[in-house]
Amino acid sequence: MTSYRLGKGGLVDRSTALRFTFDGAPHTGLEGDTLASALLANGVTLMGRSFKYHRPRGPITAGAAEPNALVELREGARKEANTRATMIELHDGLVARSQNNWPSLNFDIGAINSLASSMLVAGFYYKTFMWPKSFWEKIYEPIIRRAAGLGAASKLPDPDKYEKSYAHCGVLVIGSGPAGLMAALAAARQGKRVILADEGSRLGGSLLNEQEEIAGQSGLDWSRSIIAELASMPNVTLMPRTTIIGWFDGNIFGAVERVSDHLRVPDPYEPRQRYWKIHAGRAVLAAGAEERPVAFGGNDVPGVMQASAMRCYVNRYAVAAGRSVAVFGGNDSIYRTARDLKSHGIHVEAIVDSREDSRGDPGGVPVIRGALVADAVGGKAVKSVHLTDGTHINCEAVAMSGGFSPIVNLACQRGKKPVWDAKLLAFLPPDNGEAFTTAGAAAGRMLLSECLADGAAKGAAGGKPIDVPKCRDEAFAIAPLWWVKESHGKAFIDYQNDATARDLPLAAREGYSDVELAKRYTTTGMATDQGKLGNINAIAILAEATGRTMDEVGTTTFRPFYTPVSFGAFAGPFTGHHFQPVRKTPLHDWAEEQGAVFVETGLWMRSSWFPREGEDWLAAAAREVLTTRGAAGICDVSTLGKIDVQGKDAGQFLDKLYCNTFSTLAVGKARYGLMLREDGIVYDDGTTSRLAEDHYVMTTTTANAAKVMAQMEFAHQALFPDLDVTCVSVTEQWAQMAVAGPKSRATLQKLIDDLVMTDETVPYMAALEVTIMHGIPARLFRLSFSGEHAYELAVPADYGSMVARAVCQAGEEFGITPYGVEALSIMRIEKGHVAGGELNGTTTAGDLGLGKMVSARKDFIGRMMAQREGLTDPNRQQVTGIRPVDPSHRIRAGAHLLKQGDKPSMANDQGYITGVAWSPMLNMWVGLALLANGRARHGEIVQAWDGLRGHSVLAQICDPVHFDKENRRLHA
Amino acid sequence: MLIPCPHCGTRPVEEFTFLGDAAPTRPTTSDPSSMEAWYEYVYLRNNPRGPIDEYAHHSGGCRAWLVVQRNTETHEVFGAVTARDFSKAKDAKA
Amino acid sequence: MRYNVFSLIRNSFSGHKNWEPAWRDPEPRKEYDIIIVGGGGHGLATAYYLAKEHGLKNIAVLEKGWLGSGNIGRNTTIIRSNYMLPGNNPFYEWSMKLWENLEQDFNFNAMVSQRGVLNLCHTDAQRDAFARRGNAMRIDGVDAELLDREAVREMYPFFDYENARFPIKGGLLQKRGGTVRHDAVAWGYARGADQRGVDIIQHCEVKGIKVENGKVVGVDTNKGFITCRKLGLATAGNSSETASMVGMRLPIESHVLQAFVSEGLKPYIDGVVTFGAGHFYVSQSDKGGLVFGGDIDGYNSYARRGNLPMVEHVIEAGVAMIPSLARVRVLRSWGGIMDMSMDGSPIIDKTHIQGLYLNAGWCYGGFKATPASGWCFAYTIARDEPHKLNAAYRLDRFRTGHMIDEKGQGATPNLH
Repeated sequence: MTSYRLGKGGLVDRSTALRFTFDGAPHTGLEGDTLASALLANGVTLMGRSFKYHRPRGPITAGAAEPNALVELREGARKEANTRATMIELHDGLVARSQNNWPSLNFDIGAINSLASSMLVAGFYYKTFMWPKSFWEKIYEPIIRRAAGLGAASKLPDPDKYEKSYAHCGVLVIGSGPAGLMAALAAARQGKRVILADEGSRLGGSLLNEQEEIAGQSGLDWSRSIIAELASMPNVTLMPRTTIIGWFDGNIFGAVERVSDHLRVPDPYEPRQRYWKIHAGRAVLAAGAEERPVAFGGNDVPGVMQASAMRCYVNRYAVAAGRSVAVFGGNDSIYRTARDLKSHGIHVEAIVDSREDSRGDPGGVPVIRGALVADAVGGKAVKSVHLTDGTHINCEAVAMSGGFSPIVNLACQRGKKPVWDAKLLAFLPPDNGEAFTTAGAAAGRMLLSECLADGAAKGAAGGKPIDVPKCRDEAFAIAPLWWVKESHGKAFIDYQNDATARDLPLAAREGYSDVELAKRYTTTGMATDQGKLGNINAIAILAEATGRTMDEVGTTTFRPFYTPVSFGAFAGPFTGHHFQPVRKTPLHDWAEEQGAVFVETGLWMRSSWFPREGEDWLAAAAREVLTTRGAAGICDVSTLGKIDVQGKDAGQFLDKLYCNTFSTLAVGKARYGLMLREDGIVYDDGTTSRLAEDHYVMTTTTANAAKVMAQMEFAHQALFPDLDVTCVSVTEQWAQMAVAGPKSRATLQKLIDDLVMTDETVPYMAALEVTIMHGIPARLFRLSFSGEHAYELAVPADYGSMVARAVCQAGEEFGITPYGVEALSIMRIEKGHVAGGELNGTTTAGDLGLGKMVSARKDFIGRMMAQREGLTDPNRQQVTGIRPVDPSHRIRAGAHLLKQGDKPSMANDQGYITGVAWSPMLNMWVGLALLANGRARHGEIVQAWDGLRGHSVLAQICDPVHFDKENRRLHA
Repeated sequence: MLIPCPHCGTRPVEEFTFLGDAAPTRPTTSDPSSMEAWYEYVYLRNNPRGPIDEYAHHSGGCRAWLVVQRNTETHEVFGAVTARDFSKAKDAKA
Repeated sequence: MRYNVFSLIRNSFSGHKNWEPAWRDPEPRKEYDIIIVGGGGHGLATAYYLAKEHGLKNIAVLEKGWLGSGNIGRNTTIIRSNYMLPGNNPFYEWSMKLWENLEQDFNFNAMVSQRGVLNLCHTDAQRDAFARRGNAMRIDGVDAELLDREAVREMYPFFDYENARFPIKGGLLQKRGGTVRHDAVAWGYARGADQRGVDIIQHCEVKGIKVENGKVVGVDTNKGFITCRKLGLATAGNSSETASMVGMRLPIESHVLQAFVSEGLKPYIDGVVTFGAGHFYVSQSDKGGLVFGGDIDGYNSYARRGNLPMVEHVIEAGVAMIPSLARVRVLRSWGGIMDMSMDGSPIIDKTHIQGLYLNAGWCYGGFKATPASGWCFAYTIARDEPHKLNAAYRLDRFRTGHMIDEKGQGATPNLH
């Protein structure tokens, strides 16, 4: 046992004991602890194993940059891998396990890798595992994959909920340390709407961790008074436990609020986390600075820590990292570290100051100047340190400080690079203008007084200033301290990835000297801390190895996210069945009553078939077809896009949109229209009716409804703005049903008011506004997709289900059946009508056999490009019918077509089957195909080659219209 | 990214659908000699690094087609006009 | 120096101080026979195959940033040859065959890992389209399997089968598909090219292309003017800019595509899987991170970074497909600039300028094409005519109407 709980002090509640387990062992901690502090308080310093060498590791930090103390938190479906023990708020019943070790954290076989570590240098894997070739996937890679990774993720659905939210503010302040509090206060007192966000569980930032004096009181008490003032202001929103994860265009910030992560399970109706998009008028980044480790041998042995982390553990958590400590660094903060530790009764063996000429108040601790810690000795805990001057110091912990790196991540996420300051030995944030400023240590203000003043200034942003309180400053002087080359042991730069100081010169020697190449080759900075601890050290070592300055080497790209974000937060509630909204047609209730089986069609749920007892989909669909063709059927076609087009120039506008002409369409009539894209390829089809001189109603396919609407708006607003026309989607305003079959007229006649339906009053392609059922407004179209004598009836959406029921009742005497999209699809293939399989975005009007529709007399979208040789080549694939030579054989969609006797090859490929259906009328499978020069090949026998399903049959090419070629039934 | 819709005010980018450079102008003739102009209109783009006039549909809002002035390198948005006004201004210049 | 386990052991004994640089860092000469602009995957592969397959010397690759700093350095590492159209299929299958022997060929372990690429389908229409595509693959000897729902469930039992908005109905599997360690591809080609005498010149930006009498004569760079007889442009993402140096406008828009990696995990998902009801695909790297992505942000962009709406869009789809992902954490996002072409397919062709060759328009499928693209571009440059594998990737196909449009979206680059 090296670490322990101090007898007094800290911001922990000693009256509340929280029980938790780590690797199954029970422990007790206090309210206010993190998992890391609680484990340290229980004498547990070994918390994890590293990635490559499986070295024993304890926490290096007390915060968000922690690379070592990662655990699997919680169990079962709530298990989270790689959770930073330094950020986990302890709660009663917490369960955590160590990761990346076998059989146990204490005795990890993987540590054997350390023995081979002389081989396992940066990039070793690029140079080996190549022979024999087959071994890579069979042997080497599976071993590597099992060894790699960190924690194990749960594979059970996450039971917790997540929310998304927007926020808007005048000023967003990121970080609630001294600079952040002053910035928030200055902005808030101006009356600005302020959001103050901090990743910590409590506001206060470094003031929670340090012994400071501000305005004659402790820093902590001062922060409490400021926070209380902010909390009392209606224009201020305080957001603790909220990490700003990224800075995006438009000054939008992503944030994650950990609503319930400090609880065992979220409270009822509360999310686990809430994802925010915050739009800030301006933002002040006051995220502080991260202390850099020093690269010396064994700088990863449990017990070696950032000096600031060690201060945090004693001051905030009343936890000592060891009974005796050596403090090592090259800047003045080591002196306050020693004094703080001493003030808590911890024995500080010595301050090892790399500088010869430094002055600091050691508080009575011996100082060894001009020496360096070469190695920390110990396996799972520090036993001693060896200095470069030959001194050995026995100690249980080492506090180290290589310097301070302003946390500039957010400031560099929109393309600008940080700037090296050779005096502060730090990369400072770039100038991002007034909308994003940086304050305090994040801006290189290393003294407390500077932080307070800078925060106040950045918060006020030229507005009314606020008084800056007086405070006590610690000295800040710094000399470079990166890598102790005299070390014998491994000196780690990237702890988690086990990238060592020696890896970087090696990378440079091998040609990977650009900082981005060195990163990729050595994996420095690619661990879960994204280089927060190690990158600046790596840059310094690389600079020295290649004779460049820090600026010349530069940083790698700072990218979101500042700290890792759960998928759940980004997904919010849009998961599972709520991934996308469900669109139900106005006839949905009716279809449900009729026993429909629904199928997802885009966002729509469409009735697919209506099974009766014992029927599968095919039997049901076949019966629906037979009944419809024999008597009558009713089908919900409400999902078709419906667009109302009105205005003096409506006809002219439609002439631009369609390749055929609509301005000549008579009022009261409908016409089939074909729409091209500007590149000459068919875009969509549907019938459009003219209800009045200046009023058309267009239908589109279900799939393209939204796209066609957008295209029309584009055509109207951007291409032909002078046309007097207005169009609006009315898809959801109308319920539409197809009523088809020889008894369709007799059925509908019963519902229509004041109209005797005949071929004269309602001729083929009629489009009439009528009333039904004593005054319900309706539109009656005599259209047919099924090939039968058929109608489409449209009524205002709210009448939909009621009217459908009435149609069923009216048709009952004829045996009317509801039919779904399966039956619809059978009938359309029987009739050779093209649909989605043929309108696939690569076919021309000619390919579809609709070339005659293309007008040569007017300008329309797609006219010119459709004339290119590639689109008029007679050898293009054209729509044909296809049926098996042996009627008992089945053909399948997706089978490719080969000439009889040809071997399967791309060169011999003639086309493919676009859609098939079992035709109950013909008692065989029939289909449509796209076949090279297909229209000239009716009668030819081809192979329908389906190697994918091991199923190939002979099939005959035929006219696309399989059934009732003469269209007798349409007019019957 | 935020887009200043002339109708709706400043709105987030997720409400918009983009359709590329608004600079190409649709030829007004269907004369066979105009084939090359059509080809260029449909297919060729300057694809500038820097300021661009870009079509954006406020599909999740007022459904107006806009032309947004934006910088493709910095994503800075300078302003937006309706495609109708843009088109008329272009005609007036031509 | 050959890389193998023996050289690794030998160098271990000397503290790894004797490794030779993987490539030289030469100053550019005044004159080259062939200059390739762009030291990314395609450019380096082109140089490699020019030297290896065509025995050509006196070649330089000019890279404005660091080696491999383009899309080879920021993609999602997937290889596959599951294409449908005749213009594409044989080309990508050739690429796959080159991948399968690449590491032994260039003596660099790029971790080619054929763990399978599975595309999920959620509707009958998607399944029919997969059948068409799968048969297009099989008809040309490419492996493909059509799986039903239960077969998918057996492979990946932890996907959402019970509560899904768009239930999984099956999938199209190409077992030979997989992933490759992307940076290592650039490094392997660079080292192989360098060993064959190619000068790879980093931080050398081409500022202008000099053409005399319809013929390329050299390039202006920040390191001076360099003469060449042939010039190959392999600058996807910036193709319009490089082409504009000779006054060419291309059928291309530049768009930003974001991609993501999670924290490292113990083995979670074995192969590559693409969701069919949203924009999401995922694989797991050998290091343990889940590498995933989705769709382009949608607006014209040269910024290598995107915005939150697409992050949410992609991750919503991810959690819809795999509900347990909710508790996994996303570590990092990045963005790359895509040459989005007008039909979703690339261009590897000569140009109207003698000695000027163009390799462009890869949309977001360029990584898997790297070997074949380099191989075909090298052939096209060396022989001054396209190989039959890239014969369809002509620049004039848009003028003549011979588009290669797998998605059927037409001249709307952000929909490909």
